[in-house]
Amino acid sequence: MTHAIEVRNLYREFQQRAGMAGERRSVRAVDGVTFSLSAGDVLGVVGESGCGKSTLARLIMGLLPPSSGEVLVDGRSLAGMDRRERARLIQPVFQDPFSSLNPRQRIRDIVGLPLAAQGALSSRLQADRVMEMLARVGISSEMAERRPAQLSGGQRQRVAIARALVLRPRIVVCDEPTSALDVSVQAQILNLLAELRRELGLTYLFISHNLAVVEHIATEVAVMYLGRIVEQAPVEDLFRTPAHPYTQALLASVLTPEPALGIPDVGLGDAYPDPANIPSGCRFHPRCPQAFDKCAQTMPDNIRQDGRLVECLLAVSPPAKREATPGLAPA
Amino acid sequence: MFVSTAARTGWRLPPVRHLATLLGALIVGVAVVVALLAPYVVPHDPFLQDLNQRLIPPMWMDGSQPEHLLGTDQLGRDYLSRLIYGTRISMLIGVMTVVMSGLIGITLGILGGFYGGRMDDLVMFLITCRLAIPLILVALTVVALVGSSLTVVSLTLGLLLWDRFAVVARTTTMQVRTLDYIAAAKAAGASRLHILLREVLPNIVVHLIVVATLEMALAILLEAALSFLGLGVPPPLPSWGLMIAEAKDYMFFSPWVIMIPGIALFVLVMGINLLGDGLRDLLGADLKR
Repeated sequence: MTHAIEVRNLYREFQQRAGMAGERRSVRAVDGVTFSLSAGDVLGVVGESGCGKSTLARLIMGLLPPSSGEVLVDGRSLAGMDRRERARLIQPVFQDPFSSLNPRQRIRDIVGLPLAAQGALSSRLQADRVMEMLARVGISSEMAERRPAQLSGGQRQRVAIARALVLRPRIVVCDEPTSALDVSVQAQILNLLAELRRELGLTYLFISHNLAVVEHIATEVAVMYLGRIVEQAPVEDLFRTPAHPYTQALLASVLTPEPALGIPDVGLGDAYPDPANIPSGCRFHPRCPQAFDKCAQTMPDNIRQDGRLVECLLAVSPPAKREATPGLAPA
Repeated sequence: MFVSTAARTGWRLPPVRHLATLLGALIVGVAVVVALLAPYVVPHDPFLQDLNQRLIPPMWMDGSQPEHLLGTDQLGRDYLSRLIYGTRISMLIGVMTVVMSGLIGITLGILGGFYGGRMDDLVMFLITCRLAIPLILVALTVVALVGSSLTVVSLTLGLLLWDRFAVVARTTTMQVRTLDYIAAAKAAGASRLHILLREVLPNIVVHLIVVATLEMALAILLEAALSFLGLGVPPPLPSWGLMIAEAKDYMFFSPWVIMIPGIALFVLVMGINLLGDGLRDLLGADLKR
């Protein structure tokens, strides 16, 4: 069976230079990401800021060329594909609806752009399709004549969703689609996305740093750390029994509405790792509360356990005498 | 949005700015109408000489004549009629220069700003080259080679005054190109031409309008300067700069001959600038309304 989307060993490096004469250094933003999704699935990608989530999204949408690796939709590689063909397969929904809609265009032109770019429909048919799509996301026909500035944040995000879906793509890449919205509107947008997925048989790649949002919408979750997926599992498994220490820490960091509990201490320290200088062995070991001596040397690569991916040596060879390791908190 | 800093003002401009904009619009409007209708509104033939009627003072001075409201020049030509025909020359030069230099500068600026890299290096190099060219010297050479005419002057100015258009279009495009709606248009499969003309250009046009007014005012002033030096439009065409040049020998005994075209030049250039500032605020306000 071919997957709706398959990402093979995607890799992206940025060259960075400190000032005019500064030394060049390369930053590995996405460092060998591989996953596949069946049609109708929602993969939630989580991780702290700077872990490469958004770069991964831009690579998958073809907005940024990968340094190596490829993305296949329905078994066909997106690299070198005609822009119109790619647009029919994969569409984005961006984080900030205030910058993702051209302020100079009317709503119906914004939503009509993917259709107009295809150039296959008469203007009458195109207008019909646009109105139909706008009605589907809950935007009235008189709003179609307005400009983005006259709409609220939630309405704008509905317009952005309409634009992404008007071509009926196979894959929708949602890059934090609710994090710029008011809390009251977030749920509406999430429910709309969920409904549309069921109705149109869409596959989502859902990038977010909000674990609650991901738990709500995703069927599968991938946890990213320093450009790599360190754990990937079905959503219930991951939230119930997180296997990777980083996932455990992420889940422990969720704030509770109980003021007495205070801000949770996840035991990771406050140093954020440098993507230009990725640690040897397991990239998480300098911050890992359960690290043991082997972690600094051996890179845990592609370790599968009960149908899930866990890049952690604990999953294959736990240390014999963990308690003896000095200065580490018990698991 | 950092591209439209004027956006927050809304329609409720401070009254002084509003008045200034109206004044600018009025001045430019009158200049345009007068330029278009020149043959119908002039009281006399601007080229008709009458040596018996030389240097008649304007109406507010002693010795004026009612049929020559602004008096006559050193050859007895009606000064008001020459001033009106001069409006025509100034506006024509201004508009033609802005259109030509705008096309060149905006195209270069958008290409450099959007694509960056080698393309941007090339555009920056062209801008640097252009800035190294002394305008008056080039005009002098061109006039010496092909002779002076209205076409030559407007071509010279149009081909040389695009640098500010290019610089402003480039920097504003660089601000716009990273915004998500450009990425969305790319993902939607839009062509590059569509992205440049429909997504980028409308969002930088507010800034270009301000440049256009500045360039128009500059072109009018430069034409006057060139004509004053004898490198602009040839006599007997009534350019304001030429009128000032011809009047300079008489300015101590008949100061109005130099003051009238000078004031006209000042008022028109100021009007264009006021209108440009006002348009920037109004168009910026349109973004957020």
